Order: sequence, then structure tokens, then C-alpha cells
Amino acid sequence: MSALRILVPVKRVIDYAVKPRVNKAQTGVETAGVKHSMNPFDELSVEESVRIREKKSAPGGVEDITVISAGPTKAQDILRTAMAMGADRAIHVEVKEGEDLEPLSVAKLLKVAAEQHKSNLVILGKQSIDDDANQTGQMLAGLLGWPQATQASKVEFGENDSVSVTREVDGGSETLRAKLPMVITTDLRLNEPRYASLPNIMKAKKKPMEKKTLADFGITAERRLKVVKVTEPPVRQGGGKVEDVDGLVSKLKELGAI
Amino acid sequence: MPSPNPELRRQVIAIYKELLYLGREYPLGFTYFRPRLHRAFMANAQLQDEEQIRKGISRAEFVRKEIEALYYLKRYRTLRKRYDGV
Repeated sequence: MSALRILVPVKRVIDYAVKPRVNKAQTGVETAGVKHSMNPFDELSVEESVRIREKKSAPGGVEDITVISAGPTKAQDILRTAMAMGADRAIHVEVKEGEDLEPLSVAKLLKVAAEQHKSNLVILGKQSIDDDANQTGQMLAGLLGWPQATQASKVEFGENDSVSVTREVDGGSETLRAKLPMVITTDLRLNEPRYASLPNIMKAKKKPMEKKTLADFGITAERRLKVVKVTEPPVRQGGGKVEDVDGLVSKLKELGAI
Repeated sequence: MPSPNPELRRQVIAIYKELLYLGREYPLGFTYFRPRLHRAFMANAQLQDEEQIRKGISRAEFVRKEIEALYYLKRYRTLRKRYDGV
């Protein structure tokens, strides 16, 4: 049984509690001066890798947990949070503000990162709460040629590098079994992420963080997708009250419902 | 009025700092949280008995865990509403 080397990609996104505003040019949402935090689904994947180590659920043990993020300099705060939660090392790939990578570019980057890191398990959030693409994990598994288990709600380890992943599907649950190396994406009920406490964040400052550029991974930030327009959802129309049954019938006739 | 036990004094300051740190994300705002936290600690500032001080520290620890649980639940419920359509 080989020891696990886990790679956990994380993304810095607008905080879940903030109501996003569309910018004036209608090309995206306003990010300047808005509170950011780690994508909640990525917190689940950091927590899961730390739990695998703490509970010793993998027979071969966990050799290393590395978090990686591609984003502006502030993404380092997110990586520190992840290390405060229990990751060992971090890799920050510098990408200029506003030059966000598309899921395919991220998957290509992660493929190189996973090969360099000699990972045998990649745990990603199923999607980020800003783009909601839900593509990166699947694309990464395709590029690496590894088995994938998406939207995991439970992860268990067995003999001979086998991993069982339970996922919630319509009307029940489904269990997948595959062999390492593999890609897992996390769903909301996988675990309860711990809070990165102040003393742990201080300690995390001593953990190593590598700084890299896209060129180190042989990636360019090419754009294959074009955002045509971003608009706010239409404001909800209020309902009206009718006096009696006749009023209701005439209203329904007026609307062509009967 | 110096505390008779420096170790307990250190612990009290540490948990106070941690609660302050947690309070930055308090749903009702840091300006709501901070004076209340301060008042709660000041109300027990004159404690001299070590047993009483230890009790106060464990109560603060309890509050810390409650706040962490509150943050987790708030986030979980919001996300479930958004993504599970419940």
C-alpha cells in the first residue's frame, strides 16, 4: 500500500455571504473592495485530506498534503488558511488580477502540478461558488487518465490501494470503487470543515510556500470562452389579491389560464 | 491589580484575542461583538480565586466553540439552499 501524496487545489472567491454586484460594463461582477475567502467546497477538500491523516483511515498513511492555488497575490491568504487547517505545504501560482484562468487551463496546470508533486490523490471542490462551472475535476481526471469520483459524500480506503467513494444521487446513494491514483471532488455533506484559529494561522506562517508562474507549468492564460454579457436576475413581480371567487375566475380568464 | 497566577493571566489574554479574531466575522458585525465581548471579560476582571478564573476560561472556550459552530451552520445552510434546492 503506497503512502498518500494528496494535492488539494483551492480557489479564492468572493465570500459566500456577500451579495455580488454586476459591474457597470456588464462584463462580470465587481471584485474590488469585496470580501474574499476560500471556496467553501475547497474547504471541504482540505478538511477531508487532513481527516484522512488524523483518523489514519488510509492504510499506507498520508505522506504529504500540498495545497495549490492560481490567482493574484492575495490568494496566498487562502493558502495560509489551508495550511492553518493542516496542509503541509503550499504552491502559489501568480496570475494577475482579472486574468482568471478557465477550467481547462486550470486542469492543464493541475496535471503538471500533480506530476511534479508525484501525487496519487487529488481532492478538489466539486465547483467554485463564483463560476459554478463544475468542470475542473472532471477535466483533470480526463487529462491524467485517472479514475474520478465526483461529489463525494464519504471516502473510505481499502486493501491494495482501493478507494470507495459514496455519492448522493437522486433517490439514494451510489458507491464507486477505484484504485489509486484517482481524482475526487467533494460535495457539501462530506465533513464539517474546522475553523482556522488564530494560533494556527500564526503557526502556518512558518510552513513553506513556493511561488511559481504559469510559465513554470508551460501554461498560457489563453481564453477560449467569451463572456457576452452579465446581468442581474429580473426583479420579482409582486402578486395581487382578488376579492372573491368571481374575481379569481375573471382574473384567471384574463390571464388565459382557463 | 496583578493576577496571582501569570499562567492563568496568559490563558485569559489568549482566549480573549482568539474571540476578538472570531468576532470579525460575526453576523451582526464586529461593532456589535467587540463591546459585548469586552464587557463580558471586564465583568469578571476582579476574580481572584483560581478556581473561578479557570471556570471563566472554560466558559470562554465554550463560547468559542459555539461561535465556530454558528459560522459553520450559517454557511452550510446558505450553501444547501443555493445548491440542493431545498
